[in-house]
Amino acid sequence: MSGRASTIVVGRGRLRAPVVVWVLALVVLGVGCRQDMHDQPKYQPLEASAFFADGRASRPVVPGTVARGQLREDSRLYAGRDSAGSFVEEVPFSVTRAVLDRGHERYDIYCSPCHDRVGNGNGMIVQRGFKRPPSLHEERLRDTPDGYFFQVVTEGFGAMKGYAAQVPPRDRWAIVAYIRALQLSQHAVLAEWPLETRAELARGASASAPVRRGPAHD
Amino acid sequence: MPQVFHRSANTFSKVSIFGALFALAAVVYGLALINRSSYVTWAGVAREQPVPFSHRHHAGELGIDCRYCHTTVERVASAGVPPTATCMNCHSQIWRMSPTLEPVRASYRDGTSIPWVRVHDLPDFVYFNHSIHVHKGIGCQSCHGRIDEMNLVWQESSLQMEWCLDCHRNPERHVRPRKEIFNMAWKADDQAVLGPALMREYEIERRVDCNVCHR
Repeated sequence: MSGRASTIVVGRGRLRAPVVVWVLALVVLGVGCRQDMHDQPKYQPLEASAFFADGRASRPVVPGTVARGQLREDSRLYAGRDSAGSFVEEVPFSVTRAVLDRGHERYDIYCSPCHDRVGNGNGMIVQRGFKRPPSLHEERLRDTPDGYFFQVVTEGFGAMKGYAAQVPPRDRWAIVAYIRALQLSQHAVLAEWPLETRAELARGASASAPVRRGPAHD
Repeated sequence: MPQVFHRSANTFSKVSIFGALFALAAVVYGLALINRSSYVTWAGVAREQPVPFSHRHHAGELGIDCRYCHTTVERVASAGVPPTATCMNCHSQIWRMSPTLEPVRASYRDGTSIPWVRVHDLPDFVYFNHSIHVHKGIGCQSCHGRIDEMNLVWQESSLQMEWCLDCHRNPERHVRPRKEIFNMAWKADDQAVLGPALMREYEIERRVDCNVCHR
C-alpha cells in the first residue's frame, strides 16, 4: 500500500478520492436509469400479458364457477322475480331518500343518454339516430311491476342492451325506484299530497303565475 | 525566467472559478428541464389509438357521464377501461357500418381485446387509487384536464412525484364539492374560502407519508 488512505493510486499519478466519486457519479448518471422497478413483472388491471393465450392479464370468469361473495341465490333481489317466477311488485328493500338520490344519479349516468332526464325517450343518443325507446310515462309502463323494470335494466329489451355489467344490482333497483318517482312526477294526483304541501303548491302557483304570463297581459 | 502567463490570466482564472459555479448550475437546471419535459413525462402528447375514439365527442358534445364507461372509478383503484360491449350499447345501431369502427365490431364478435394504448401509466411502485380521490372531492379534471375537449387523449399532468405532492401538501387548492367531481367545466367562485371548508367537511388530511402511495 502506498500513499494515504484518502488517495487512490492510478498508474503513476494520484487521484483524490472525491474526484473518483464524481467520476463514478457521472458514469452512473450517464449509463441511465434502469426502469425495472417502474415496470415490474406483475400485472396491472387490464394489462397485456405474454403468458395467457388471449393476451389478457385480467382473466375472464371461468364458465360454471361462482366467485367468492357473488353467489346470487336471492331471486327477488338479483332477478326481480319471486320463487314462482313472477315479477316482484316492489323494490325488494326499503326505498329511502338516499336510495332515491342514488337512483337519480345512476339514472342520469346510465339511462338518460337515451331515455332523457325526464324519461320521455328523447335523449341525446336517440337524437343522434338510436331507436327511440317508449316514454316511461306510458300507462302500460306505469302499471308494470317494479321487477319488470329491473329485468329490462339487467338483461336489456329490444335495441337496449343489458346493464348488468355496468350497474350493480342494488343500483339497478335504485334506478327502478327513481323511474317510479319520475312517473309520479308526471301523474301526481293533488288529492294524494299532504295538506301542507298542497297549500305550499297553491301559494307557489299563484305567486309564479303572473311572472309566467307576463304582468302586462295579466 | 519570463512569466508564462500574462497578468490578465489572473482575472481570467478568477472568473472561470466563479463561472464554473454558473456552468454547473446551468447543467443541473438543464437536466431538470429535460426531466420535466414531455420528452420524459409524455405530458401533452396525444397518443394514437387503434380506434380514434374521441372523448371530446362522447363526453363533451354528447354529454355522456365519465362513469357510463369508467364504471369502477368510484369503487376501486382502477377507473376501468370499458369492454367493447359498452361501445356496442350504442354502436350496435349508430355508425354500425362505419369502417372506422370495424375493430370494435370485430372485438365484439370474436371476444378479442382492442389493444388500447395506455396514456396514464404510473410506475408500478405507486399504488394510486381512483376511488379515494373521487370520494374526497378531487374532480377528474384536476388531474386529467379537460378530457371533454380532447379528441385523442393526452396526459395533462406530469404525473411526477412533485406534482402528486403539490396537491397532497395543499389539498385545499384542488378540492371541490362531491357533486361537481364529474363536471369538467366546474370552477370555484372562491377556492380560498371553499377549499379549507371542504377539507374540514370531507375530513381531508395532508397525506405525505411515503407509505400513502408506496408500499
